[in-house]
Amino acid sequence: MSSVEFRKDLFREERDDNLQEIGKPTRRQDILGHVTGRSPYYDDHLFDGLLHMRCVRSPHHHARIRSIDTGAAERMPGVIRVILARDVPNNLNTLLSLINFGKDEEKLIQDTKVAYVGEPVAAIIAETDRQARDACAAVKVDYEVLPHVLDPEEALSPQAPVVNEVYPNNTFDYHDLYDHQKLRFGDVDKGFAEADHIVEGEYQMSPIEQAPIETCGAIAAPETNDRYVCYTSTQALFFSLGTTAKLLDMPSSRLHFIGGTVGGGFGGKVDSIVEPLSVLGAVLAGRPVKFMWDRTEEMQVGAPRGAERWRIKDGVARDGRILARAFTGFFDAGAYTRLSSYAIIKCSAHLPGPYTIPNVAANVFCVFTNRTPATAMRGFGITGVDFAIECHMDKVAEAVGLNPIELRILNAYRDGDMKPHRRLAKNTALIECCQVAAQKSGWSIGAEAARQSSLLGGGGPRAEIPETVTDMAGQIGERRRSVIPTAPGEGASARGNVPAGTQGIPIVAAAPQDEDMIMDPSRTGYRGPSSTPTRIPEAAIATDTRPQAAAPASPPPPAARPGPVAPSGSSQVLQPALQPALSPPAPQASPEPPATAPQPPAPDAASQPYKPEKPFSRGVNRPGVSRFLSGSRRR
Amino acid sequence: MTVHKGRGFACINYPIGMNLGGDPSQALVHSTPDGKFMVSLSSIDLGQGMKSVTRQIAAETLGVPVADVYVDTADSDTGPHCMGSFASRGTHRVGNAVIRAATEARKALLEAAAEELEVNAADLETDGQGNIHVKGAPTRTITVADTAIAAQFKQGRTLSGRGIFLIPPSDVDPDTGEMTPVSCFAHAALVVDLEVDDETGEVTVNEINSAYEVGRALNPRLVEQQLIGGAWMGVSHALYETTEPYYPDRNHGPEDFNAYLMPGPGEVVDHNIAVLERPAEDAPFGGKGPGEMCANPVLPAIANAVYNAVGVRCDTLPITPERVLRGLLANGGARPQGVR
Amino acid sequence: MMAKTPVQFSLNGSSAAVFVDDAQNLLDVLRRGVGDLTPKYGCGQGTCGSCTVLIDGEPHLSCLTLAETVEGRSVETTNGLAAGPNLHALQEAFMENFAAQCGYCTPGMLMAAKALLDRTPRPSREEVIEAISGNICRCTGYDPIIDAIMAASGQATRRTG
Repeated sequence: MSSVEFRKDLFREERDDNLQEIGKPTRRQDILGHVTGRSPYYDDHLFDGLLHMRCVRSPHHHARIRSIDTGAAERMPGVIRVILARDVPNNLNTLLSLINFGKDEEKLIQDTKVAYVGEPVAAIIAETDRQARDACAAVKVDYEVLPHVLDPEEALSPQAPVVNEVYPNNTFDYHDLYDHQKLRFGDVDKGFAEADHIVEGEYQMSPIEQAPIETCGAIAAPETNDRYVCYTSTQALFFSLGTTAKLLDMPSSRLHFIGGTVGGGFGGKVDSIVEPLSVLGAVLAGRPVKFMWDRTEEMQVGAPRGAERWRIKDGVARDGRILARAFTGFFDAGAYTRLSSYAIIKCSAHLPGPYTIPNVAANVFCVFTNRTPATAMRGFGITGVDFAIECHMDKVAEAVGLNPIELRILNAYRDGDMKPHRRLAKNTALIECCQVAAQKSGWSIGAEAARQSSLLGGGGPRAEIPETVTDMAGQIGERRRSVIPTAPGEGASARGNVPAGTQGIPIVAAAPQDEDMIMDPSRTGYRGPSSTPTRIPEAAIATDTRPQAAAPASPPPPAARPGPVAPSGSSQVLQPALQPALSPPAPQASPEPPATAPQPPAPDAASQPYKPEKPFSRGVNRPGVSRFLSGSRRR
Repeated sequence: MTVHKGRGFACINYPIGMNLGGDPSQALVHSTPDGKFMVSLSSIDLGQGMKSVTRQIAAETLGVPVADVYVDTADSDTGPHCMGSFASRGTHRVGNAVIRAATEARKALLEAAAEELEVNAADLETDGQGNIHVKGAPTRTITVADTAIAAQFKQGRTLSGRGIFLIPPSDVDPDTGEMTPVSCFAHAALVVDLEVDDETGEVTVNEINSAYEVGRALNPRLVEQQLIGGAWMGVSHALYETTEPYYPDRNHGPEDFNAYLMPGPGEVVDHNIAVLERPAEDAPFGGKGPGEMCANPVLPAIANAVYNAVGVRCDTLPITPERVLRGLLANGGARPQGVR
Repeated sequence: MMAKTPVQFSLNGSSAAVFVDDAQNLLDVLRRGVGDLTPKYGCGQGTCGSCTVLIDGEPHLSCLTLAETVEGRSVETTNGLAAGPNLHALQEAFMENFAAQCGYCTPGMLMAAKALLDRTPRPSREEVIEAISGNICRCTGYDPIIDAIMAASGQATRRTG
């Protein structure tokens, strides 16, 4: 059984809890439909003369298609139409082309080569599902089996077969420069040299199926006015509509997509495969066509959460402060990109996890292998690396002999800290979560850890961007000519330096286009970041019976914080639970000594309430603009 | 045979919204002739509660009872563009778009009421019960319904609003990875207590104690749904689920629910949750999306607890009995790491 | 043309008659044949439970049931749970306990639970778990569903926070 408590006592000053509807346990709008079985999922729309579509799929990991003989299938009972690659008007796409990311590389139906078991080579429309299946079995495909590669690191070797001809190096091309995504912050080699312990680990997450109970599917039908309606299980209505318009070379205005009530998604219903196929079927057959994956397709052909392999190397001071952390990551994209390339960028921004570490580097590879393409799933780009990071933190805690929760709190990011993607942290709450979880489970933590706050001790020197070492290792194609290391910095022929403090312009939300859309700030329930730490009143504390009284009202003095890292020969003896000097880490790479006084986080445009960028000229006559169009309304 | 108890910890943060921005969502709000409000979206409800949470956001923003708001989604002919339900973006992006649309509609509502009451719109407030009255003079009042009727049939005014929310796209520096990925983060920490049978290699999770920070629980029961269900999925991921049990070998892949394992109702883990709310400034009423992050800390916490129980580092998921037994074999037996 | 067999049965207390194809399953006949869309397709293999219906009061997986075998029998679906405008206690309890998210497994869960409560009006928690152990839910983690069924049987469940 479960229990839930709402800790309204924490961060109370930052909220107005007296809102009318927000915060109320209102019943779900859709719940009556759910309990009466009347919620309209895509398959709950009945059509006269509904046809059924099934796919002929590759039995091979990798094979060239010599020929496809559909003659027998076309003569089978109930068969209306066999669809081949040539029937797809614009048969090349990549899902994220809608946001201009990546190159078109995947066919809706293959005709030259298959690159994974289950890749479609034909689709058949028949009067019944059974007839469509029987006809699929009668299609004869002559394959020339090719060598395949299934391990992502083997796929990087110069000898590995090419999985996806658009990316002949078996890696996604990042920024037209590198075969991986780089993250560089400070100098990890310097951090490793200064560390008392080096902790290394390798972690592997296997592919995971989203497994919604409703399988992926769509029903498309000719509609009036020369349009096509498509009832779909998509998680992204306009993604699927746009993808269909592109693949079918059809104006989007001829497509009418209806969905919004979906039997679970978890990321598996973004890929927009069933929608273009069912609409194409409706176009070619002139009748309603349903394409619904069966459970086997959902399990093995539908794109899963992809496998990830991670290697982490930490340099740790004897008191538990992590001085440097390097990642080497391999996302197994399968045969086509889908969303893996984008997951890696999200993941790179997430590194090194919710901790402030002064030197961080990562190389993350999006690798093509001969398996089912990977896509989104709950925790997109993060779940796998969080598993790696948090298992690794346990090893670090063991190496330095610290309570694992105290280790997290010691290294936790706080308001005002600079993150390796070069934006300041704000609105953080990791420390409080650690403290509450410890308290709920009765796992004792030391007084010092119990006293820490996300609001205190951040910023100042921790807000600075260190001088950063860069390298040009792993340029596109380099790895295919000879074996080069994958870890950050290794095998680099050319290095560079980004001066300390270098930062671009943060992006903030576009301002409301009209002042009438700006909510009265007093009604938003948001009261701004508090300056006093939130308190964990009944924190389980091993060594201090008066935790609240001991909570500091101001950040730890910077003088208590070491500037340059303590020499590795330091004779300081660690006493985990009693160690009073567990002050937050300072950025070790900074050549300057820490500032003499703690600084508030640098003002950040994104931290301010919404304001229009310029005053509105409502009601004022501007040249070329009608007063009657621009809102000079009758008052 | 011995059953060893183990305890493990993990904590995480989670980025809310599509990475790098560039993912707009729109909303349209309009009043029916008698003052009920329709919210038109093309966003998708996968079960996470999109319809319900946007309904509450619209009601709060408009200042009307939630029963007087209905959310319609998703029809591409009537619902304006939305990027989709993924990346924990729904509450954040769509919620903000609904706030803007409902704010514009509220402005029109108050102006229509002001005309009827012959006062300045700035002097009016809503009571959240379907009435509009003059601040400090509760008797000078008009219902939302009468206002809408007057607007529609007398004033010729539409009580409607448009909203879009967009964080413009961010570039990524190829050499340093500098970028503006997202604008707010949810947080979680949890402790897992479990048992490992050193003869069968089976792991039984007994209890989870957790703290989840969600910005604001816009609807506490919807948050609870996500956290309980998400943590269940975390247990499932940690111990059971994969389409390729011997990855990178493609063989033995499950094709149905007989072979693709998940905990059933008999394996539900006792889960004690504390919800923390530190509102994010650019999120709707401060609420971050709890739906995706809730599973993430469970996986490593279980792996760490298995190590605590028997001294086997399970660095490969899922943590099957076979992997535990192979680890025990390599270690020459269980090596409990001590009571935590 | 395939041979069609006439099948007559009681559906939620009303008489239903339909021609079925050879080997056609009951799920397909209920959904496409007589238009009762409340049982759902989740796997077609009898492993997920979303197509659960009651035949003569016993839960059956309609995707694995030959349609011809219901000749002359009584079939109950979620469509028949409410009596007119009055919801069944299970439906009320599922709403009150937030026991559904995507809602796709809900009709099957409700029928499995109804079979239990018809037989055992005040089941133990273990009996509830047993009764729904053939029904997969991917969203809720089961706990709210178990609570809802206990509540529908008039037994108080936990509510904290």
